[in-house]
Amino acid sequence: MNDKIKIVIDGKEYWTEHGKTILDAAKDNGVFIPSLCHVEGVKTAGSCRICNVKVNGRNMTACSTPVAEGMTIVNNHPELEELRKAIVEVMFVAGNHFCPACEKSGNCELQALGYRFLMLVPRFPYEFPDKGVNAESKYIYHDRNRCILCKRCVRTVMKDDKHVFALNSRGGEHIHIKIDTELASHLTEEEAQAAMDICPVGAILKKERGYYNPIGERKFDKQPIGSEIENK
Amino acid sequence: MKDKVQDIIKKYHDDKTRLMDILIDIQAEYNCIPGEAIEIIAGQLNMSKVDVEQTLSFYHFFTTEPNGKYTVYLNDSMVAEMMGRDEIARAFEEEAGTTFGSVTEDGLIGLFNTSDIGMNDQEPAALINGVPFTSLTISKVKELIAGFKAGKEVKDMIGQTGDGNNSDPRIMSMVNNNCLKRIGSIMCLEYETGWALRRTVHITREAVIEMVKRSNLRGRGGAGFPAGLKWEFCRKSEGDATYLVCNADEGEPGTFKERVVLTEMPEQLFEGMAIAAYAINAKEGILYLRAEYIYLRDYLEDVMETMRKDNLLGKHILGVEGFDFDIRIQMGAGAYVCGEESALIESMEGKRGEPRNRPPFPVQAGYMNQPTVVNNVETLSTVVKIMLNGPDWFKAIGTPESAGTKLLSVAGDCKKPGVYEFEFGTKVNEVLDLVEATSVQAVQIGGPSGVCINPEMFDRNISFEDLSTGGAFIVIGKDRDLLQDVVTNYIDFFIEESCSSCAPCRSLTVILRGKLQKLLNGHGTMNDIDELYRWGQFMKQANRCGLGQTAANPILTTIENFRPLYEALVKTDEDYMSEFDMSKAVEESCKYVDRVPNVH
Repeated sequence: MNDKIKIVIDGKEYWTEHGKTILDAAKDNGVFIPSLCHVEGVKTAGSCRICNVKVNGRNMTACSTPVAEGMTIVNNHPELEELRKAIVEVMFVAGNHFCPACEKSGNCELQALGYRFLMLVPRFPYEFPDKGVNAESKYIYHDRNRCILCKRCVRTVMKDDKHVFALNSRGGEHIHIKIDTELASHLTEEEAQAAMDICPVGAILKKERGYYNPIGERKFDKQPIGSEIENK
Repeated sequence: MKDKVQDIIKKYHDDKTRLMDILIDIQAEYNCIPGEAIEIIAGQLNMSKVDVEQTLSFYHFFTTEPNGKYTVYLNDSMVAEMMGRDEIARAFEEEAGTTFGSVTEDGLIGLFNTSDIGMNDQEPAALINGVPFTSLTISKVKELIAGFKAGKEVKDMIGQTGDGNNSDPRIMSMVNNNCLKRIGSIMCLEYETGWALRRTVHITREAVIEMVKRSNLRGRGGAGFPAGLKWEFCRKSEGDATYLVCNADEGEPGTFKERVVLTEMPEQLFEGMAIAAYAINAKEGILYLRAEYIYLRDYLEDVMETMRKDNLLGKHILGVEGFDFDIRIQMGAGAYVCGEESALIESMEGKRGEPRNRPPFPVQAGYMNQPTVVNNVETLSTVVKIMLNGPDWFKAIGTPESAGTKLLSVAGDCKKPGVYEFEFGTKVNEVLDLVEATSVQAVQIGGPSGVCINPEMFDRNISFEDLSTGGAFIVIGKDRDLLQDVVTNYIDFFIEESCSSCAPCRSLTVILRGKLQKLLNGHGTMNDIDELYRWGQFMKQANRCGLGQTAANPILTTIENFRPLYEALVKTDEDYMSEFDMSKAVEESCKYVDRVPNVH
């Protein structure tokens, strides 16, 4: 029990352990810190920046920062709320997110965060990107315009120890995720489904899957995202 | 092709972390990295093809299509544009018969834009097959294209070689170093190579770190972290090996001082690296050299070879048992963000140059996850003089918080551009006087990521506590359009050079650019200026690395210091103002029905 340490989040003290990230420590204690790129047990990306918290007055990403004894963390703060909401809006305008018709609607984490942050209309102008779709592999339909570049697929979807998805190019309209169609063609149906599930938005879809849960039974229909942590 | 590509991969022991070198060698062989080569690399290194392309597509100078027997990369940085770069670009296009971004039909000439190449004191400048051509004129462009068509060697077309070591047979470049205009008090102090290292090995490693700590030497790359402390952290970290990396990837537009140090005093740099290596007990050193400076590579290799013969590098340096240290050069391939130390490490490991999350810091887990010190060229070179003259001598120069001197790359609207050594605490006005800049509208301190200051601020000084700079000092004359010519160029630069990992850096830059354009088009409102400023703040708060956090600086600092320029863009003399112009929208339909727009 020597590993137990105390941290402070929004003025309240919590116990946690060395080696945990702020995000995980908060989650264990029923405190929700929103994030999009994070996947439990997978190498941190720290790329969506939504989990920004203030650690001793400095902005740090909760998913990548390990806890330390006595650490003072601010999670609920108007400035952070505004920043997180702005990032969610940036993601909405940088892609083509047609929620009502999207197969992931109701199960989409970006959409759920939009609701949680009470986003109405994004303050930024839409970019309407044209990054193309790829439907060449057997089970996967890959829509780059719905991608938020969280790199979850890049980090987790493997076949024969090789990455099926990878980043390509950089900057402005050039950056995108590229699917290795040859490798992707060898994915089993289950693996393709797992790839779809790991994607927080509707960029990776399993072919012939379509709308699965009826409205009312989708992941975020009854409770806002984060409730599962807060109501624990 | 298969055998040749496999030989190249074998040369690097089938090591994934050497992917940069593999790609560089293949590109040198085939003038591009063809799809077939990507397949062979993927097969040999047991990666997917998209994984190889992931690294490849990150770097500006890698290409999968042949980019011409003669490949022209013309600098499009702000100072280049000030010095008439567009006219030169048009001349290239006319003479070559193709446009920028493409290759002539016969595959002979490729024309491409590139971010700053470190020649802002002699623009317009271009790299042609890696060879720098500076102070380009229209007649020179004509001569060059005629030379390409006649099949001449690029090196044979440079004409007269430049000053100082640029005329050394190992370099033979037309670059002028405008050699260190003011003989400074530290960097430029004459000394005999090896002396500082001889003094170093007589004291313990800890004592060396103590000396550098006491000198208050701070990193010259821009962040200003105390060098001695960095070494101490590294020394105290546990690992199987310790690495010393010299960051020679100066990519900040307007900075070129390292070019001059590498050309004129490489021995001092390598000696500084050996001193640092002794202090942190590193056996292996890596000089990460930006792709744009490849013309210096053979020369630097040769200098190191001489130093090995003189027992200043290699095994048992200066006869000291257990002091083994050698340096290899890692070439970059065109990516500004790699100047950030953890991005540089990623690049050295064969990956995209994306900055890492911290902690862990490089001193804890850097190159190959081992404790690593990354220091700038200027920092390491300065160490030599501290070892020679002592920390107190060094500390006495400069200001209490910024000890020593700073090399400034001065460019833009002044009579004497070049590299100068100034004591910290020197006022902007003093620099302007010395470089003979009159009629100055603004000075961009520290390049695009720095600050744009107005004349009322010219009595402020160059130091970490006041105006901090990694080296760039760009003079902007009164007749320049600051927002159109400077700010938009810088924002475009950041859009292009963002590693695109962080969502705000990737997308907000584009959004900010759009809003700025709206103002420039005369469609903006006062609210747009305020929003531009507020949205720019998100960049500072949200992004991971220095690039992302400062990418809105061109906008933020000009709104702060030149707000009237923005306000002048907002039309106030109309009854009703909107970004939507109804008259314009109905203009065309009115034309067909022979009416005059009348929408009021």
